[in-house]
Amino acid sequence: MNKRAFPVLMGLSLVFFAVAPVLIVRAPYEQEMGLIQKIFYFHFASWMAMYLAILVLGIASALFLFRRKPAADRLAVAAAEAAVVFGLMGLITGPLWAVKSWGVWWTWDARTTMAMILELILVAYLILRAYGGPGSDRLAAGLGMFAMANLPFLYVSTEIWRTIHPPTSVVPTLPVDFGLPLWWSVAGFVVLCLALLTARVRLEEQRATLDRLYLALEEE
Amino acid sequence: MRRFFQVSWLVVRKDLRVESRNKEMLLTTLFFAVSCVLVFSFGFVRGGEALAGSASGVLWITIAFSGTLALGRAFERERHHDALRGLLLAPAERPAIYVGKLLGVLLLLAFVEALVVIMVAFLFRAPLFQHGWWLLTLLGLGTVGFASVGTLFSAMLLRTRSRAVLLPVLLYPVTIPVLIMGVSGTFALVQPEPDLALARLWASMLCFFDVVFLTLALWTFEPVMTE
Amino acid sequence: MLRLDRFGVSQEKALVYRRLTIVAVLIVCVGLLGATTTQAAQPAQPSVPEGFVPMDDVPPEDQLPAAPLLAAAYVVVWVIALGYLWTIWRRLGSVEKELADAMRRVGADGA
Repeated sequence: MNKRAFPVLMGLSLVFFAVAPVLIVRAPYEQEMGLIQKIFYFHFASWMAMYLAILVLGIASALFLFRRKPAADRLAVAAAEAAVVFGLMGLITGPLWAVKSWGVWWTWDARTTMAMILELILVAYLILRAYGGPGSDRLAAGLGMFAMANLPFLYVSTEIWRTIHPPTSVVPTLPVDFGLPLWWSVAGFVVLCLALLTARVRLEEQRATLDRLYLALEEE
Repeated sequence: MRRFFQVSWLVVRKDLRVESRNKEMLLTTLFFAVSCVLVFSFGFVRGGEALAGSASGVLWITIAFSGTLALGRAFERERHHDALRGLLLAPAERPAIYVGKLLGVLLLLAFVEALVVIMVAFLFRAPLFQHGWWLLTLLGLGTVGFASVGTLFSAMLLRTRSRAVLLPVLLYPVTIPVLIMGVSGTFALVQPEPDLALARLWASMLCFFDVVFLTLALWTFEPVMTE
Repeated sequence: MLRLDRFGVSQEKALVYRRLTIVAVLIVCVGLLGATTTQAAQPAQPSVPEGFVPMDDVPPEDQLPAAPLLAAAYVVVWVIALGYLWTIWRRLGSVEKELADAMRRVGADGA
């Protein structure tokens, strides 16, 4: 991956993150929930970044599995870690919001359950990569595809069941005053996600180079 | 297509023949399932009265646990004497081998479930046979979903170091949705007033998951198993 | 059909690109379909589901203050993002150090 991409992306995401609080503070109060609703801007954006990371994970896993591209495998590892990181943000900001507006920290509603399951699958993926030993990369790719297969279920979980969690389909209907800071935050998180991905892929590339070097040294 | 099922049937028959000689897998899995239900009944039955709603959970958790035990050994025989390579080198489609193995696991789990359902019905006083056909549907769909992922992962883990630990670690997160649907559907059936519409909803969701899992497993078995 | 091989792209790669395009188009179609149908099918939800009391009905002393929760959420996001970046940076540092070591050894052996 390009060495120069990381500073550019990271700088860009810093710009997004520096401006985001200003826009969020200026956004109007939501009638029913008041101040706490402002968690939404980062909560939703972190899930969007997680979706993106899982999408990258699934596609990279498929490319590795069917085309045997080592670069795709490195991208998959990076995407899985990023997905865990953004999922963790979503899973922590969610209860902070819920305790105020629903009165409980956590409830096993369809959306929260699916989100938790997806996070578990991703952590299992990382465990497999860490302790699976040689030959686990292809197995991990299979697991990555299973993780992506869960995405549609996560999306429709609030549409099929009438649950306490608001459905994703309310987002496009938001008024502009809410929409601008929201999409700004989403853009910031997506760029941050890409920056983290490039940095993590770079780490994986350096590791691969190191492995090759050691192999060459052993052969001598 | 006929050849595909012929190959699957050959794999099933091979496993059945080996199994019929020593009955190792069948007996160990059955024994484990029985002790599992007993342990649960020590925990959840007080003075002859089971905790409300515990029967459906105990049923499915026992199936998941003994299923994991069975899946962990599904490819055990192939590990010795490089038999897996022999199986994979056979001039047959890889997915057919997968289907054969899956059918073997399903057959084994069918025996286990028959016993577990009877035990749970008696020990937990659950009216499981009240809507027997619905229970059978839920069990069938849930087991297919669980075993389809399990067989794939079990095959994939053959070559890795810490097989025994990694199988449950990977299998449970992926199959939690199946277990949730199975438990919720069964719970709807054993309530004092059974909610058949709800059971049907969960059964159809299970059906949907099964299709996705099976397709994905058939699709990835070939590239994953190729060296 | 778009002939990618004319632009110096190999046959095999062209096939991959074509398949990827098909997959991408499919995903977009499913997404659009989902968005339109769900919006149409979703009746207005009650703003407060059963079993939950609207916050206005709760006496003020029972209400949690929103500002600390909000601040906590934003701090958490920052801490996680920077913490993760820091772990990457540290891992990269150790790998690069090892890499430099190995390079020196290869260079020494070669000389």
